[in-house]
Amino acid sequence: MTHTPLVIELTILVLAIFLGFEVISKVPTMLHTPLMSGTNFIHGIVIVGAIVVLGFADDGVTKTIGFVAMVLATANVVGGWFVTDRMLEMFKRRPTDRER
Amino acid sequence: MISDPNVVGLLYLVAIVCFILALRFLSSPKNARRGNWIGGVGMLVAIGTTLALEGIGNWALLAIAAAIGTAIGLVGARTVKMTAMPQMVALFNGVGGGAAALVAFSEFHVSNGDVSSDEIVSIVLSSLIGSVSFAGSMIAFAKLQELLSGRPIVFRGQNVVNSAILLGAGGLGIALIAGLEAQWALVALIVLALLFGVMFVLPIGGADMPVVISLLNAFTGLAASATGFVLDSTVLIVAGMLVGASGTFLTLMMARAMNRSVANVLFGAFGQVQAGPAGERADDGRTVRATTPEDVAVQLSFARKVVVVPGYGMAVAQAQHDVRQLAEVLEERGVDVAYAIHPVAGRMPGHMNVLLAEANVPYDQLKEMDEINPEFAQTDVALVIGANDVTNPAARDQTSSPIYGMPILDVDKAASVIVMKRSMNPGFAGIDNELYLDPRTTMLFGDAKESVVKLIGAVKAQ
Repeated sequence: MTHTPLVIELTILVLAIFLGFEVISKVPTMLHTPLMSGTNFIHGIVIVGAIVVLGFADDGVTKTIGFVAMVLATANVVGGWFVTDRMLEMFKRRPTDRER
Repeated sequence: MISDPNVVGLLYLVAIVCFILALRFLSSPKNARRGNWIGGVGMLVAIGTTLALEGIGNWALLAIAAAIGTAIGLVGARTVKMTAMPQMVALFNGVGGGAAALVAFSEFHVSNGDVSSDEIVSIVLSSLIGSVSFAGSMIAFAKLQELLSGRPIVFRGQNVVNSAILLGAGGLGIALIAGLEAQWALVALIVLALLFGVMFVLPIGGADMPVVISLLNAFTGLAASATGFVLDSTVLIVAGMLVGASGTFLTLMMARAMNRSVANVLFGAFGQVQAGPAGERADDGRTVRATTPEDVAVQLSFARKVVVVPGYGMAVAQAQHDVRQLAEVLEERGVDVAYAIHPVAGRMPGHMNVLLAEANVPYDQLKEMDEINPEFAQTDVALVIGANDVTNPAARDQTSSPIYGMPILDVDKAASVIVMKRSMNPGFAGIDNELYLDPRTTMLFGDAKESVVKLIGAVKAQ
């Protein structure tokens, strides 16, 4: 990967903090559980790191660590996404939509 | 094969934008699901881009690991009951944190400790926070799944032991940052961090879980973000930090809803010593009155306005569908039904909303605390289903009570209160509830689901 100067990375980090608070404060209380599981899915982005570790691994130790990291991260991504989707499906129905 | 770093960067930018949109779409239930799909696309773009990086190998291992992870994730996500959602969230939190710590450790291992100063700071932070999140989430999972007791597990000198562990891990971290190029030090740091994760969740009681789960969520985000600095990956930095911000936001919100500081929740070992005032009040002549489903049915059927107050007990009994049915039967008789949702009812932020949404309760009937509290005065019957501490009037006036100051649902302002409860056991806070001795209160003992089913039958028979 290319090397980004630390200051630039820190700038990005700080902007992300503000952006995060801004976006999240708009989420209604009703959707706080889907917000949790949705952000759970998003931190599955660590899969990118797992792929890099395992994909570039030469020795046994790194391969083992990378493998475990990859399993965990994939479970995080897949599980997080499907749980969120299941949950939001229930919220999608119109407010006054009565089954009977 | 993508070799141009600009192309890689742009594709990661696409992923970042998708994640932000995913969160943005969560501002309304209508578009939220579409948002999750956009987030999914972003994740696929990020994964695809990474796999296409020049020099990536070990394809067989990658495929096998991905297959195992997918199987675990799919089975978990598909089979979990909505009532078990808090432990599922805890589990996915944990695996993410664990993955972040492992990635950071392997970067240290590969470079044999020879890393730049800003890299080692990130490696230490990611290993530390990721490991705490992993171990803490596993304990939270075990508590919620009832593999471990949900009550606080405490011993003398706990805070001293915990501080020592954390200081040990912190000391190793500082030594590593100062230039100690030893792998054993990082391994020891991870072990101590894991231990700390276990120790810091053990003393936290079930009712405080919403705070802990949100906090662990924030930790995993921060660990992922720190990993981004190790790998020079902006998508990791930004996505991780979005999660960190969200988790922090929810943690503060939950703590505020309990009128306690985050530190008090984490280190206060709630429910430990509250024997005090309970004894004196128990024999002041007032007693708890039990009632029958038939009596309750009469009260409910002839009420104008009924407010249902759901709590964790409803989740445990999985009574949400029956509760909705009961509400419908009552509405057919012309009764006005609403649900009062306390921000910390249940075991995670928004827990009751998810359960009632699953049961198809129209969400215009769900009222938040500030909205419903003034309405209790005009309410004929408040039906408390498996909620305890969030209805305890002691929070309003008893300065000695451990929950003093916590905003509560003013159910005691209703003309009559019916509390459905398994037994007279106190709630997770381990304190008596004055509400049960109130002359307007009657208790309907038994499993919430069975009781509600009986109520439906009795109301129909009216």
